[in-house]
Amino acid sequence: MKQNKLSYKIQQYLLFAGPGTVLFFAVVMVPFVYGLYLTFTSWDGVSATKPFVGFDNFVQAFTDGDYWLALGRTAIYSVFAVVLINVVAFALAYLVTQGIKGQNFFRAGFFVPNLIGGIVLGYVWKFVFNRAFVAIFSATSLLATTEGAMFCLIMVSVWQYAGYMMLIYVAGFMSVSKDVREAAKIDGCTSSQAMRNVTIPLMRSSFVQCIFLSITRCFVVYDVNLSLTNGEPYNSSVMAAMHVYNQAFTYKNYGLGQAEAVILFLVCAIVGVTQVLIGKRGEVEA
Amino acid sequence: MTENQKAARRKKIAHVIMWIVLLALFICFIFPFILVVLNVFKTKGDITTDPLALIGAHGFTLENFPKAMEKMNFLTVFGNSLLITSCSTVLTIVVSSMMAFVIVRNGRWKLCTLMFSLMIASMVIPFQVLMVPLVSVYGTVLNSRITLILMHVGFSVSMAVFMFHGSIKTNIPLELEEAATIDGCNRWQTYWRVVFPLLKPTIATVGIINAMAYWNDYLLPSLLLKQKALYTIPIATQAFYGTYSTDIGLIMAALLLAMLPILVLYVFLQKYIVEGVTSGAVKG
Repeated sequence: MKQNKLSYKIQQYLLFAGPGTVLFFAVVMVPFVYGLYLTFTSWDGVSATKPFVGFDNFVQAFTDGDYWLALGRTAIYSVFAVVLINVVAFALAYLVTQGIKGQNFFRAGFFVPNLIGGIVLGYVWKFVFNRAFVAIFSATSLLATTEGAMFCLIMVSVWQYAGYMMLIYVAGFMSVSKDVREAAKIDGCTSSQAMRNVTIPLMRSSFVQCIFLSITRCFVVYDVNLSLTNGEPYNSSVMAAMHVYNQAFTYKNYGLGQAEAVILFLVCAIVGVTQVLIGKRGEVEA
Repeated sequence: MTENQKAARRKKIAHVIMWIVLLALFICFIFPFILVVLNVFKTKGDITTDPLALIGAHGFTLENFPKAMEKMNFLTVFGNSLLITSCSTVLTIVVSSMMAFVIVRNGRWKLCTLMFSLMIASMVIPFQVLMVPLVSVYGTVLNSRITLILMHVGFSVSMAVFMFHGSIKTNIPLELEEAATIDGCNRWQTYWRVVFPLLKPTIATVGIINAMAYWNDYLLPSLLLKQKALYTIPIATQAFYGTYSTDIGLIMAALLLAMLPILVLYVFLQKYIVEGVTSGAVKG
């Protein structure tokens, strides 16, 4: 009887979850594990043999100056972009939850950049920076200088993600009930005090989530990087993800590229998880 | 004037100011799009001389569109994107909602809890870690739409299962399924006739989020699809830009064409898209 029950269960599992399990393993788990193995080989992408080289790739990755430059650049970019994305998104969310006429229209409008892929957005902004801004300010293009290219990347990312994060903050604002804010006002809080001491602490989970999402997205930025700057000028705007891509697919150092991807993943995961743990610790409820 | 009137007036003024600020920000946000629309109707020379002019010196022109459409192979590319996005989205919904159903209803079975935890944990893996092994393992089945569709599904299945899991657990009472069983449904029928129709809100959320991601995806299709006939919109845009970067009029038309389908869709489905993305983001 028990045997029958188990075989029935397995049959049900295969029927309902079989395709999902197979695809998940084929596309995520197998490549992930195989990818870890690849980091110990010096595969060139073509040959059938994948010579085992031990920790050579990691040693090489740690001494690859360009990689660490790219990683450092990505960190700087991420810090600026994450802070600005969240400040802008929070301000937008505040403005569109004040009961202003047409606030739904504005919400929808600020979200528009998210609808369009990074590749197309990057080219649109390239036109804006290279042609329109040059015409308005009659100066050389920002994209032609090292700092300028970085600035452009940050600006486009803020523009791209602020509308999305705004939606999460709007949901956060809505979840703080009016009663609590009114109670604070009756107790003598001014609007800004109520905001600082009541609303924002209650919205902590929105902050944790938005910051997590923006960190994980900024760390692996690729599409906009490719279309907006393509690493120019003089490879000074190559972000970590682009470096990994080039290392593997352009220079055919698959093992080294994979090792660098794994390091990028670890850095990204450590930063993201630490942020969530710190953020969750101080969560409060009304 | 009483205190109340004063307060109401202050509030009104504040609202007007906020409205103006919002409008200014809104214009900043859509400025790049306006610029593209302005320039798409100009000749190449007019764009170069004055990208900000409302109408170029040589007047209004439509010639950029047919040229860009032809050179970008727009209809084929659009068809590819549409086919890949719709198949991937439907498959993702079907595959992951079924999987979530089994996992929820066998909550104490080790296999299910293990699978579920594994999927949750896998959500932190960025695509960059998987791209090299993917190409290495599946190098022989590249250049195929089916491979791309199945990979799309495989990548989104964990997130989608997570969302359906929450929805089935909280919204579908077990009694309903028991009633269906008593009425003579087997598990398969119960699922498709009773449970699945009740998941509509989550289906919409999962569908919208994933469809947008598939439509705009660049990196995965660029690794898989190397034949021009298979290109999707983002890849075709990138290839087009590489070839015609000096012919800025054509570029404008190509960019507008690449953005137009989703923008048109947004005008009609705006409410659902915003709702779907919000509930997806807040749950995820």
